[in-house]
Amino acid sequence: MTRARGSMTAFGLTREEIRRQIQLPWSEAFRISWRYVTIRLGRSLVTASTIFLSVAFLMAVCTMILAAKATGHAEEDPQAFAATLARYKWSVILGFMICATGIISALLMSVTERFREIGTMKCLGALDNFIVRMFLIEASLMGLFGSMAGAIVGALIMLVWAGVREGFSLWVKVPWGIKSPTGEWGFLGYFFASILAGIILSVISAIIPAYRAAKLQAADALRTEI
Amino acid sequence: MAMEQMMPSGEMQERMQEAARKLEPMMEQVSEFVVRTRDVHKIYLMGKVEVHALRGVTLDIKRGEYISIMGPSGSGKSTLFNMIGGLDKPSSGSVYINEVDLAQLDAYELAWLRCRTIGYIFQTFNLIPVMTALENVTLPMIFAGVPEDERRDRGMELLKRVGLAERWNHKPFELSGGQQQRVAIARALANDPAIILADEPTGNLDLKTGKEIIELLKELNQEKGVTIISATHDLKMIDVSDRVIWIRDGQIARIEDRSKIRVEAALEVEEALMEGELPDVP
Repeated sequence: MTRARGSMTAFGLTREEIRRQIQLPWSEAFRISWRYVTIRLGRSLVTASTIFLSVAFLMAVCTMILAAKATGHAEEDPQAFAATLARYKWSVILGFMICATGIISALLMSVTERFREIGTMKCLGALDNFIVRMFLIEASLMGLFGSMAGAIVGALIMLVWAGVREGFSLWVKVPWGIKSPTGEWGFLGYFFASILAGIILSVISAIIPAYRAAKLQAADALRTEI
Repeated sequence: MAMEQMMPSGEMQERMQEAARKLEPMMEQVSEFVVRTRDVHKIYLMGKVEVHALRGVTLDIKRGEYISIMGPSGSGKSTLFNMIGGLDKPSSGSVYINEVDLAQLDAYELAWLRCRTIGYIFQTFNLIPVMTALENVTLPMIFAGVPEDERRDRGMELLKRVGLAERWNHKPFELSGGQQQRVAIARALANDPAIILADEPTGNLDLKTGKEIIELLKELNQEKGVTIISATHDLKMIDVSDRVIWIRDGQIARIEDRSKIRVEAALEVEEALMEGELPDVP
């Protein structure tokens, strides 16, 4: 019996057909990932908290810029303002780097914890990229919720603080839209950008752990004793 | 045939039928052997020491057989088991499933094989803890692209078959060991596989539950004609096995047919006792 005829594979199906017959639809991947995030809520919150903190800091700095511009302090001493901005910029970048390290280590831990489950899924016919997909969806969910909460809290704290110092009338002068009338970034613009930054940061940090998980050999994964 | 149960819609259906048409004549031609291994060697590197886990295993397993692979721990039975399941590659020699050489398969084809041709049962049950019993059973069907309604129906049917229909919404930690293993058996049957590979399926169960699980496997073996290959050192398995393959030091020590089994098993226990390594005697 000849087995591999032309594009036919061993099973009498073309490679294309085999590819189509092994799948994990995004909706199902999303459902499973959502399960993991919500069931291990404590763990997810700890991971999300690092994103929360760094996005809160980012959003606070952005709100501070808006407040400084609204009160006119930015124009009074542009040099001092620029110097302050530069300092904060580095702090934000540093914060994000620390946050990335936190996410990577939390997710690597989660890979170790889920060794057996990942091996089992592979035995049941999961491809490497299903595992990657599930981890990335999980990371983006944690990124989304962490940074949403972070952006809201960071903005609120800074708005209240600036209000207390400079008078709450400055709230009226802050450009609330995506863009300010002068074409610069507005509050919502900063808000969405911060959330997006948080999600991107979280997904990028998840890449290494996700690949680590996907590359687990099913046999090794099952052999490991608890 | 398994294929016909997962046809979603018109065009897809046609393609599937076409695939089935191609596949069916091949299935008929396929020999009576569902698993064949030819001179399989496996050498692991542990640090700088080479461990020769398998030393030339040649084995033929017929469709519908109930096989027990027995041997002390470290004998290479788990390694052999992983080879048959396509989880591990031999250092030399070949493994054929349905006359297909596993060495020739790419990652997709191996996943396809694991998903549809082989069902796994583990000593530690290995249910996904965040999923309910039904979700665990239907997971392999998701990978196989079975539509949701059908997944649910078939999943419930399988749970009913293993006697856990009313527990479909329970998470693994809410189930006893025996119940978890039943769910795992239902999951192994999800895509109607030709082979069930059971790695010490009774290893974590008490005597009575272990017996029930063995009986269930035997029933399924007779009902569905599914080949069951079980690595074990549970002597209770011997009663239901068509053949017992004894592995020692990475080689087949001997293969026993059903007729001879009981006497030999008793002798084996005796021999083990003499050597001071007592197997799991009930």
